[in-house]
Amino acid sequence: MKRYAPYIVFALMAVLPFLGLSTYVMHILILMLMWSVIGMAWNLLGGYCGQVSFGHAAFFGVGAYTAGILYFKGGVSAWWGIPLSIPILVVEALIIGFICLRLRGPFFALATLAMGEVFRVTAENLRNFTQGTLGIMLKERTWVEKTWYYYIILGLSLFTFLVVRKVIQSRLGYYFVAIREDQDAAESLGINTTLYKTIALCLSAVLTGLAGAFYTNYMGYIDPEVVFALHDISIVTIMVVMVGGVATFWGPVVGAVIMVILAEFIRSLPRLGSAHQTLFGILLILIIIFLPNGIVGDFSKLKRIFGFGRRS
Amino acid sequence: MDSVALEVLLQTLISGLLLGGLYALIGIGMTLIMGVMKIINLAHGELMMVAMYMAYWLFVLFHIDPYVSVLIVAPLMFLFGMAIQKFLINPVLKVESILPENQVILTVGIGMVLANLATIFFTSDYRSTPVDYASDAWYLSDYWRGSPIELSLSVPWTVSFVMAVIITIALWFFLSKTDTGKSIRATAQDIDAALLMGVNVERMRLITFGLGAALVGAAGCLFIPIYYLYPALGGRFTLIAFVITILGGLGSTVGAIIGGLLLGIFESLTATYIGMGWAPVGRFAIFILALIFLPGGVASLLRRRRLGG
Repeated sequence: MKRYAPYIVFALMAVLPFLGLSTYVMHILILMLMWSVIGMAWNLLGGYCGQVSFGHAAFFGVGAYTAGILYFKGGVSAWWGIPLSIPILVVEALIIGFICLRLRGPFFALATLAMGEVFRVTAENLRNFTQGTLGIMLKERTWVEKTWYYYIILGLSLFTFLVVRKVIQSRLGYYFVAIREDQDAAESLGINTTLYKTIALCLSAVLTGLAGAFYTNYMGYIDPEVVFALHDISIVTIMVVMVGGVATFWGPVVGAVIMVILAEFIRSLPRLGSAHQTLFGILLILIIIFLPNGIVGDFSKLKRIFGFGRRS
Repeated sequence: MDSVALEVLLQTLISGLLLGGLYALIGIGMTLIMGVMKIINLAHGELMMVAMYMAYWLFVLFHIDPYVSVLIVAPLMFLFGMAIQKFLINPVLKVESILPENQVILTVGIGMVLANLATIFFTSDYRSTPVDYASDAWYLSDYWRGSPIELSLSVPWTVSFVMAVIITIALWFFLSKTDTGKSIRATAQDIDAALLMGVNVERMRLITFGLGAALVGAAGCLFIPIYYLYPALGGRFTLIAFVITILGGLGSTVGAIIGGLLLGIFESLTATYIGMGWAPVGRFAIFILALIFLPGGVASLLRRRRLGG
């Protein structure tokens, strides 16, 4: 049953567009799926391999800009960004990994944060190439309604889910967890930690970048402040995983659903709309203090607190 | 090199040095916290932003000069830092979780809340404090008539720099001569040994976080006359502080001072010769170079010298 759970969930989600949902609801669903892709990708590196990245916007942004620049400079459809961003992201991940993976723990986190900022500032300043802060606008959209975008991102998230599960259940996954638990012990048991950390980073970068390339196609407009944003991309990515559950398969999906709904809910509040970062920050603080392993990870604790499901 | 180019170079170096002195003060606060608590305070820049707003309002409402308000803002920030440590960071230190980076993420959350609250209360307008000496400067030609080149020294920048130096020296006295200071350094070196020697580690942590916040608060006051103020400025200074600590060597106070000066001069050079927009990239370039070629920072060079000689 557990094995087929993702197929069942995704099959159910595939039926949703036939219910005649409004454009707004479809938009929310697409955002949820996109964030779950980014969250799962982050989780592979941060949750399983223990390398907490504060700079996933660097991958998201490069994916988005690959699609954007292919359209703007190459004159081809921005959808080509999805396959063609893969090699670019691998190269980017190798470079970032070469610099950052020699650091551990919080220092890795901050180095990636700095890398994210480097990419943002570079994108802002390479005006000939990226149009700087003007951003890139897709003049024609592929589809007017959202159904096809929905299916594409649904497929992408199913793909991501299966990749992450496959990797984690393989020998590679055990290496990742070993590195997270104790890097020195893993090294002394003969695991080439640098190699496996680099693999985790590359996988995570590619998956995040695919979501970025999709974002360009879906939103039709990108600029460095948006796709390389520190708070709105990198930190929200961490929050998605922290809220849902670190190192769980479903955690990022749950986290994405909660965060997207929360963001929309806060935006709709009459006067608190501009306070969304405060509320996010408070949520983050509360989660870290009370549910350090997220909703999925600390589910048994939640059950105990609220006293449901005691008989099962 | 003709005299104009020389003038530009010297002027750039001077402003870099003055900026670096202030950077050093920010970096020391961060490095102290890092040394004692073994966590990175990613809300450091936001603490500075809070202090800057305090100094700003003290000036606007009570006409207290920013340089005088250091005496008010720094103690307030000390209390504020201790409160953060006591009520937010301490509980997390005891929680079991998969990722040890929780504390770092927690400080990110604190920073987010502070920056966003500042935006709500004070709007995201750029503000500057209209002190009447803001654009005063000393010119070299006033003192030396026949000088072949013209250099200027901005009054507020110089005063800020001198005050930063004074605060740094005072801190050095505190850390090396007083009992509390020695206990803080002992905690930074080895928590278990410090505990065995009867140091109240819990209290030292509180004091250190307060001290770090007070230092960055003082830096904020010194920045007020020379810099504009807006809520999102915190993130930038957090990164600067972090780059300084890496450059200087983790937990090393002397390293932080040298790192701050180096960064200030380097940034000033990039801004003059490559372009203003690229100054942040220069900052990160030096950071990445330090990580690759000098992972222990300046402190490791100093240590090597000491052992070798």
